[in-house]
Amino acid sequence: MIRHVILRALSKLLIPLIMLFALYVQFHGDYGPGGGFQAGVIFGAAIILYALMFGLEAAKRVFPPRVLEFFVAFGLLLYGGVGIEAILLGGNFLDYGHLAHEPVHGQHLGILLVELGVGITVAAVMASIFFLFAGRGRSDV
Amino acid sequence: MTGGEADLITRVSDDLPALQIAVPLLSAAICLLVRRARAAWAVAMVVAWGSFASACVLLSRVLQSGTISYAEGGWRPPWGIELRIDLLNALVLLVVTGICAIVLTASPRSLDQEVWREHHHKFYALYLLCMTGLAGMTITGDAFNIFVFLEISSLSSYALIAQGTTRRALTSSLQYLVMGTIGGTFLLLGIGMIYMVTGTLNIADMAVQLAAVGPNRTVLVALACIGIGTGIKLAVFPLHIWLPNAYTYAPAIVTAFLAATATKVAYYVLVRFVFSVFGAPLAFGELRLDAVLMPLAIAAMFAGSFVAIFQDDIKRMLAYSSVAQIGYMVLGLSLASVSGLTGGLVHLFNHAIMKSGLFLVMAAVVLRMGSTRLDAFAGLGRRMPFTMAAFVVAGLSLIGVPLTVGFVSKWYLVVGAIEGGLWPVAVLILLSSLLALIYIWRVVEVAYFRQPPEDAPEVSEAPASLLVPIWVLAGATVFFGVFTSLSVGLASAAARMLFGVEL
Repeated sequence: MIRHVILRALSKLLIPLIMLFALYVQFHGDYGPGGGFQAGVIFGAAIILYALMFGLEAAKRVFPPRVLEFFVAFGLLLYGGVGIEAILLGGNFLDYGHLAHEPVHGQHLGILLVELGVGITVAAVMASIFFLFAGRGRSDV
Repeated sequence: MTGGEADLITRVSDDLPALQIAVPLLSAAICLLVRRARAAWAVAMVVAWGSFASACVLLSRVLQSGTISYAEGGWRPPWGIELRIDLLNALVLLVVTGICAIVLTASPRSLDQEVWREHHHKFYALYLLCMTGLAGMTITGDAFNIFVFLEISSLSSYALIAQGTTRRALTSSLQYLVMGTIGGTFLLLGIGMIYMVTGTLNIADMAVQLAAVGPNRTVLVALACIGIGTGIKLAVFPLHIWLPNAYTYAPAIVTAFLAATATKVAYYVLVRFVFSVFGAPLAFGELRLDAVLMPLAIAAMFAGSFVAIFQDDIKRMLAYSSVAQIGYMVLGLSLASVSGLTGGLVHLFNHAIMKSGLFLVMAAVVLRMGSTRLDAFAGLGRRMPFTMAAFVVAGLSLIGVPLTVGFVSKWYLVVGAIEGGLWPVAVLILLSSLLALIYIWRVVEVAYFRQPPEDAPEVSEAPASLLVPIWVLAGATVFFGVFTSLSVGLASAAARMLFGVEL
């Protein structure tokens, strides 16, 4: 733990901010530049930075691969589920206008959920890919 | 049933085009979550057969009331993404989902042997993703969407091929990845150039705008790029070099699936762009696509079959035979006539049936013998009689014997060639069929007339879970060889539609 003291201290400081920024990009995507893909990559980068600084094992304790795999599927299901829900409520696939009693609210809610799904899947996929490559050749992967 | 429920069912059935893509996609995620091999298989089975049923419903609706257009998200085309199903892609969708479902039914026993059981749920997730991509490419009415779905199906098929038992599966998968990515890039370049000229991505709208613009250099380059891009995915000679390795080293189930669907959908995309976007006069008049494709198709017919004769691995032999058979499909396109294109489209349907049947036979032989080398077939005619009989039936179809599907497609190709005044081409079609006779005969001879070695292990017939799908496909090669109204009727109606001839 003596090595890379400065790097580790700095990243401890930075990682929460990076994650917060990811959430900002995620939820501000309605009004400005941003959205699920970018937010997911930024969030994934925070996980990867943690793994680089504190080791693969520590990162896997925080984000177990099984959990990441769940979130890969969950984000996709959230996205598609919104589309299917729109069909059940009488619209076309992914027609957000039908999600709330008023079309504008529906559009709002729809894009928010769909982008959240994208963000979750992208972040989980980024971290999973990194873990797989970093853990290549080890028995526990 | 209350009125509300009935209303919901009608409403949801109007959304079948979207569900055709969305349900396999979401089920792939569910397969990943269930984590149990057999449970994931059950999910995939329900979805695959459901997709097939949905494809049948869509086809009958197209036959009844014409082209179906579905606006994703309620955004009207040409601004939004449109799913557009007409005779042509309803036929392709039927083939893709049907083969998907049958091959999946046969998969568990073969996968138990060839893929680690811990990976099975991921395998089925990938299988469904690949199916999503192929179905999406087939029914979307948006050119950029075709590229997106091409990438979905391609990436999942690279991963599926890499599941093969030997390490060579990895290099074959990488080789396919490199080639496939180049192909996808060319396709995207072509679509980008049309977008530059027309300002639209909707296929139907592109055709209208392009007709107004008329041929210029950008449009011609776009057509060339799309031709090369789909040519790589379709494995047109000489862009086929990824195919033999990928088909040989992939798990047998994956080969049966991809051989019958991936190249077929690429052929569909080529036909769609040539006829629905550029139009026959531009493609065949201005660019002379027929003059480029016909020599390549004929070269593929002979080179593919000729190389197949000298293969010792029968799975590899069938892979080279696929190169030759793709040649027939491309030849049908390059004849640039209604009967030629009918032949090409009928062959798409027929080749999908016989090749998936033959590769499933390979799955059965691998399961019992552990190898598909020619020596492993010694005496199999007596030891696995039903499996080998199916091989003979599908093999006869590959040659083009009357009363099988192979004869039907070659008949229309020969008619198309003679109508176009190209009787040497008709002779070449018949000559290349003789090459198929040689390579199928090699297997039949070893299987039926050579004694197995003394120390050969006792083998029993393939399990019913494999045998039934094999015989469904082998039976289909005979059934559709006799009753051609579905395949030929649809293909010729689609060909007439594409050439703008009155139905």
